[in-house]
Amino acid sequence: MHELTAILLTTVLASTPMLFAGLGELVTEKSGVLNLGVEGMMLMGAVVGFAITTVTGHASLGILCAAVAGAAASAIFGVLTLLLLANQVACGLALTIFGVGLSALVGKSFIGSPLERIPQLHVPGLSDVPLIGPLIFGQDALVYLSIAIAVAVHLFLNRTRPGLIVRAVGENHDAAHALGYPVIRIRFLAILFGGAMAGIGGSYLSLAYTPLWNEGMTAGRGWIALACVTFSTWRSSRIVLGAYLFGFFTIAQLHAQAIGVPVPPEFLSMAPYLATILVLVLISRKASLVRMHAPACLGKVFHSAG
Amino acid sequence: MLRLEPRAQPSTAMLFATPLLAVALTLIAGLILFAILGVDPLASLYAFFVAPVETWYGVAELCVKATPLILCAVGLAIAVRANVWNIGAEGQLIMGGICGGGVGLFAPEGDWVLPAMFVAGALGGAVWGAIPALLKTRFNASEILTSLMLTYVAQYLLIYLVRGPWRNPQGFNFPQTKEFDSYASIAPLIEGTRLGIGFVVALLVAVGGWLLLSRSFLGFQIKVVGLAAQAAGYAGFSEKRAIWATLVLSGALAGVAGLNEVAGPIGQLLPSISPGYGFTAIIVAFLGRLHPLGCIIAALLIALSYIGGEHAQMSMNLPVAVASVFQGMLLFFLLACEVLIRYRVRTRRQLARG
Repeated sequence: MHELTAILLTTVLASTPMLFAGLGELVTEKSGVLNLGVEGMMLMGAVVGFAITTVTGHASLGILCAAVAGAAASAIFGVLTLLLLANQVACGLALTIFGVGLSALVGKSFIGSPLERIPQLHVPGLSDVPLIGPLIFGQDALVYLSIAIAVAVHLFLNRTRPGLIVRAVGENHDAAHALGYPVIRIRFLAILFGGAMAGIGGSYLSLAYTPLWNEGMTAGRGWIALACVTFSTWRSSRIVLGAYLFGFFTIAQLHAQAIGVPVPPEFLSMAPYLATILVLVLISRKASLVRMHAPACLGKVFHSAG
Repeated sequence: MLRLEPRAQPSTAMLFATPLLAVALTLIAGLILFAILGVDPLASLYAFFVAPVETWYGVAELCVKATPLILCAVGLAIAVRANVWNIGAEGQLIMGGICGGGVGLFAPEGDWVLPAMFVAGALGGAVWGAIPALLKTRFNASEILTSLMLTYVAQYLLIYLVRGPWRNPQGFNFPQTKEFDSYASIAPLIEGTRLGIGFVVALLVAVGGWLLLSRSFLGFQIKVVGLAAQAAGYAGFSEKRAIWATLVLSGALAGVAGLNEVAGPIGQLLPSISPGYGFTAIIVAFLGRLHPLGCIIAALLIALSYIGGEHAQMSMNLPVAVASVFQGMLLFFLLACEVLIRYRVRTRRQLARG
C-alpha cells in the first residue's frame, strides 16, 4: 500500500510538467502550427521560475514570470513562422537550441542554490486517508491548475465558438481566411498559449519536481510532450491520459532502481525514451487514424495575397 | 505598412546574401547581449572571434572542431533536401564512437585496425539512423521524435559501457576506457596540432555529397521527393527509398564523425564525447544553404563560435553557453532572412500601384 501510494504520487509529480506542455502544444497544433521548440521554452520557464522565486521569495510570481518567459520565447517563433513565413520545423529546432543556451546563461549563478518546494495542500482528516488522501487532497496548486486547464482546454476546443475557429484555422487556413477570420492573429495567440504552458511546465520541474536549477534539466521532456500530443491523436480528452502514461514511464525506472531490479541503472534510464518510441509506433501505425485526426494544415505556411 | 510579395523566381543574389546578413545581425545582437551581461562588447567579440585564430595552432583547432560538424551537416543537408528531419545525428555520432571505439579497444594489433574502426563507426551510425527509417517507412512514426529519443538511448549506452564493462581497470575507477593504442589512433597530420586525417575525409565527403546531389540519379530522386512527394510518386520515385537512403547516409556520416572524435582528439571513450555537434550540425546545414560545399564554410564559422566560447570562458570568465546562444540566434536570423529569397518587401503603396 505504501509503495503504491509513493508510485502514484511520484507519477503525478512527473506527469504534471508534461501535461502543461502537452496542453499548450495541443492548442498550438490545433491551430495548424507545429512548434518543436517545447524543450527550449520549458527550459526558459524552468530557469526564470526558479530565479524569480529565489530572488523574490514568491513562487506564484516565479510561475507567472515562467509563463511570460515561455510566451516570450514562443513569440520569436511566432514572428519567424507567421510573419516571415519561415519553416516551422527549422524554427522550432532553433528555438530549442537557443533556449538551451540562454537558460544556461541566465541560470549560471543559480546552480546549486537550494529552494523550498512549493507547498502542498493539507486538509486535516481528508489528506490522511490512505492512498486517495494524499493523491487527491495533498497536491500542490500547480497540479490542480494543470487538471483545471486540461478541462478548460477540452471545453474550449470542443464546446465554444472561438475553439471551433481555432480548429477551423488548423484544418484549412485558406477557407478560414476567406471567411474573414484573422488566421495570423489566431495562430499567434495559440503559439503564445503554447509557450506560456511550456513555461509553467518547466517551472514545475525547477520548483516542485526537483526544487533546483540545472542546465538542460528538462532531459527531453519537451520532446516527450510532443510525443504526448501525437499519442492523444490531437484529441483533448486523451492528453491527460498521455501525459500520465509518459509520466509513469519516466518515474517507473526510478522506483525500479530503488527496489534493486537486477538491471544496470543506465538501461533503466533508457526505458522512458524507448517506451516513448514504442508508444509512438503503436499510435502512428494506423496511418488513417493519424490522418483523420491531425489538423490538415499542420506545419504548412500561410501567406495571404491581400 | 510593409507587405511581402512573392517573387516569380527565387532571388540568386539573396541566396548568397542572406547568410552574410544573418551573420552580421547575429554579431550586432551579440554586442547587445554582451552589453546586457555587463562585459565590454568589443573585447568579448575579440576574445570570441579573433583571438582563437591568431595562431596556427588555433587555425588547426578550428579545423578539428569543424570536422565533425561538416560530416554531420552534409548528411543532414541531404536529408532535409528529401524533407527528412534527422534530429538524432548526436545519437548516431555517439553510436559511431561506441562501435568504432569498441573495435579499437579489442582488435588485435595490425594496420587494418584503424580502417576497420572507421568502417565500424560508419556502420554503427548507419544502424542508428536506420531505426528511425524503419519506424517511419513501416510504422509511419515521426523520424523527428524517434531519432531524438534514440539519442538519449545511445548516450546512456555509452555511459554504461565506460562505467561498466569497458572501463579501464587501471584507470583509478574513472568512468573511461583505456587510451587507444597508436595503431588504433589517428595521428596528427601536422606535428604539434590535433588535426588528423578526419578533416580531409570531411572535405572529401562534402565534395561527394555535392556530386551525389547534383550529378547522380539518386540525388535527383532525393530532391524531387523533397520538393513534391506526390509528383515523385507519379514519376516512380519511391519516397520510402529516399527516407532510407538519407537516414542511413546521414547516420553513417555522423558515425564517422563520432569515431573520428574518439580515435583522434579525445583518444579514448569518455561518458561524453561530443558537446552537441550533432545538434549544432542542423544549424550548419541551414547556414550552408543545405549545400554540401556551403556546409564547409558554415562549419568553420560555427567551429569558431565553439573555440571562441572556450576562449572567452578562460580569458573573460564568460559562461560557455554563450556559444549556443550565438548559434541559436544565428539560425533565427538566418531563417528570418530567408524570406527575402522568395519574397520581395514592398510598401502597401507600391503594391497598389502594381
